[in-house]
Amino acid sequence: MAASRLGIVARRVGGAIPSLVGVVVVTFVLTRSLPGDPAVYFAGLMADAESIAATRARLGLDRTWIEQFVSYVERLFAGDWGVSLQTGRPVLTELSQRLPASLELTLAGLLFAIGVAVPLGVLAATRPNSWVDHLCRVVVTAGVSLPTFFTGLFLVYLFYFLAGVAPSPLGRLDFIYFSPPHVTGFYTIDTALAGDWWTFRGALAQLVLPALTLGLFALAPIARMTRASMLAALSADFVRTATAMGLSRRKVLWTYAFGNAFLPVLTTLGMVFSFLLGANVLVERVFSWPGVGSFAIDALVASDYAAVQGFVLAMALLFVAVNLLIDVIYTLVDPRVGLEG
Amino acid sequence: MAAPLLDVDGLSLEFRTRSGVVKALEDVSFQVAKGEILGLVGESGSGKSVSAYAAMGILDAAGCVTAGAIRYDGMAVTGAPEREVAKLRGREMAMIFQSPRTALNPIRTVGDQIGDVLRRHGGATRQTARARAVEALAQVRIPDPARRARAYPFELSGGMCQRVCIAMALACRPKLLICDEPTTGLDVTTQAAIMALIVELCRERGMGALLITHDLHLAAETCDRIAVMHAGHVVETGAAADLFAQPRHPYTASLIAATPAAGRTLDAIGAIPGNLPDLRAALPPCRYRARCPRALGVCDADPLPPLGSGHGVRCHNPLGCNPMGEEATVDHAAA
Ligand SMILES: Nc1ncnc2c1ncn2[C@@H]1O[C@H](COP(=O)(O)OP(=O)(O)OP(=O)(O)O)[C@@H](O)[C@H]1O
Ligand SMILES: [Mg+2]
Repeated sequence: MAASRLGIVARRVGGAIPSLVGVVVVTFVLTRSLPGDPAVYFAGLMADAESIAATRARLGLDRTWIEQFVSYVERLFAGDWGVSLQTGRPVLTELSQRLPASLELTLAGLLFAIGVAVPLGVLAATRPNSWVDHLCRVVVTAGVSLPTFFTGLFLVYLFYFLAGVAPSPLGRLDFIYFSPPHVTGFYTIDTALAGDWWTFRGALAQLVLPALTLGLFALAPIARMTRASMLAALSADFVRTATAMGLSRRKVLWTYAFGNAFLPVLTTLGMVFSFLLGANVLVERVFSWPGVGSFAIDALVASDYAAVQGFVLAMALLFVAVNLLIDVIYTLVDPRVGLEG
Repeated sequence: MAAPLLDVDGLSLEFRTRSGVVKALEDVSFQVAKGEILGLVGESGSGKSVSAYAAMGILDAAGCVTAGAIRYDGMAVTGAPEREVAKLRGREMAMIFQSPRTALNPIRTVGDQIGDVLRRHGGATRQTARARAVEALAQVRIPDPARRARAYPFELSGGMCQRVCIAMALACRPKLLICDEPTTGLDVTTQAAIMALIVELCRERGMGALLITHDLHLAAETCDRIAVMHAGHVVETGAAADLFAQPRHPYTASLIAATPAAGRTLDAIGAIPGNLPDLRAALPPCRYRARCPRALGVCDADPLPPLGSGHGVRCHNPLGCNPMGEEATVDHAAA
């Protein structure tokens, strides 16, 4: 049983390979189809036809698409993702330095959303038409109708400008702190690991508002899905059986009903995470968060193609990785998966 | 006579739904004695499942007992605090349902599910639960129980799932087993095997059982006594042999006439005219009135006579040894 389970997981991982190939192909095609001739661009302002041709040859642009693709892939694997025009530094370095900031923000937002939405959805389902149920409905409606940049600005206005309890929305750490030694790149974790609780508080204070903004956005779909799938599970025959067998309410609710209701919620989480990656771009802008999202916006504005391409590739890889993770968890939880496929 | 194991006494029950109040049960009485199998028969919607759920205390929130009582072994089930009733479930009385595949948790091994029950009531620990679950599976004659205990419901056939449900229900040796159409949806040979198993285990352990079924043959073969339900009333009750040999309520008679049997042609099988009345509307004292070929004027006016003991019937004009019989037929023809 366990061995076959492992086999299915291995197959899931293998199944992600075509997506990866697809991602690489699409980013490659994307750069080739961007307007403008890179050879002209890189040859410089003073170039004549001859030096342009030389540059073209140097960049490998005179070769066939297949050859170009092969060398593109080779460079990707060698860690050469090009150089950012704005910063003059390798794109891969930029991204890997900024990605932890974005991930920390996204995960904090997601954790907040899960922490609120799942209990809310479960309570709403177990007590239909109670105040919790109504609250759940309000949250779901509000969540889908408020754009993230608005929530972000509103929270800043409320907690920084009016109440003055939040720090200024300017990045991950106020200038009075030193950034912690790099371990995971997550400031809250790194400061905790270093035992620097003063800086930890500073990092956490910066994180709260943007994470809340993202979290509020993610709340609605998670709460709605939890409530709906929990309602379905509670009216399922097997819950009736478990009740008729006299199992404790907690066992019936959590092991039997929620155990099953969790599966559609898990799928939703994967989707919500991808939404959050997109929402990040705006939220990072509002809070001057030094993540990949704000980097990508700047790059796009400055026509920094290598940077944009790197960003797209990184996000796509992240997306594939998250979906793979969800698939694997699903496979481990649901015994029925993989047998029909 | 000793106090019955399960005593449903004048139970009235309604569902308050958005589309009105459904008077699902009215003055329903039946008893299951220790070691006795009582069959509950009647067409779809007559309130068999609702009666069983009420006995188990697992009605959904819309269900509301308005009169009468249910007692298990002398203890009141209706009106008792939920924690007290929950203690009875699984330990003193257990239930198996139709569609055994969906009645089991799809993402938990059947061994773990039986183990959950054993750990709740049977004093099993995390360590001993598995071994005792395997034992429980062996007792319902499942071959290779150790391997089956590790299976998920979707890996088992319907008949096998029902055996698992029976094993789960009987794991803690309850004194009363309620079976709600346990063989519906199974193929015929499996049906027979499952029924034989239930009856055998009941007899072996001296368990009382409430067997809900559509199948009159099955009821006649397996039950000691029968209660016939129609539209939320128990209309007739009696020893199985008596009741089938000499039905007294016109509804029972037409139910028997509507049952296919060997040596009976399709033409001879009479369908019961009309439908169950709408339980949300105002109802006459006798809910069979509109469908009854033997109805009298008194049926509209007087409340139903009480069931009585022995072979009881709730009818003003029952079949057999009835001086008003001829008159009644005339009355109906005239109406
Ligand atoms: N949860 C509920 N809410 C409202 N009405 C209900 C509910 N459960 C049952 N009823 C009504 O109670 C009546 C009896 O239903 P019940 O399920 O007991 O019938 P049954 O005799 O078991 O029929 P079947 O043979 O189809 O199982 C029906 O009219 C049904 O509509
Ligand atoms: Mg039923």
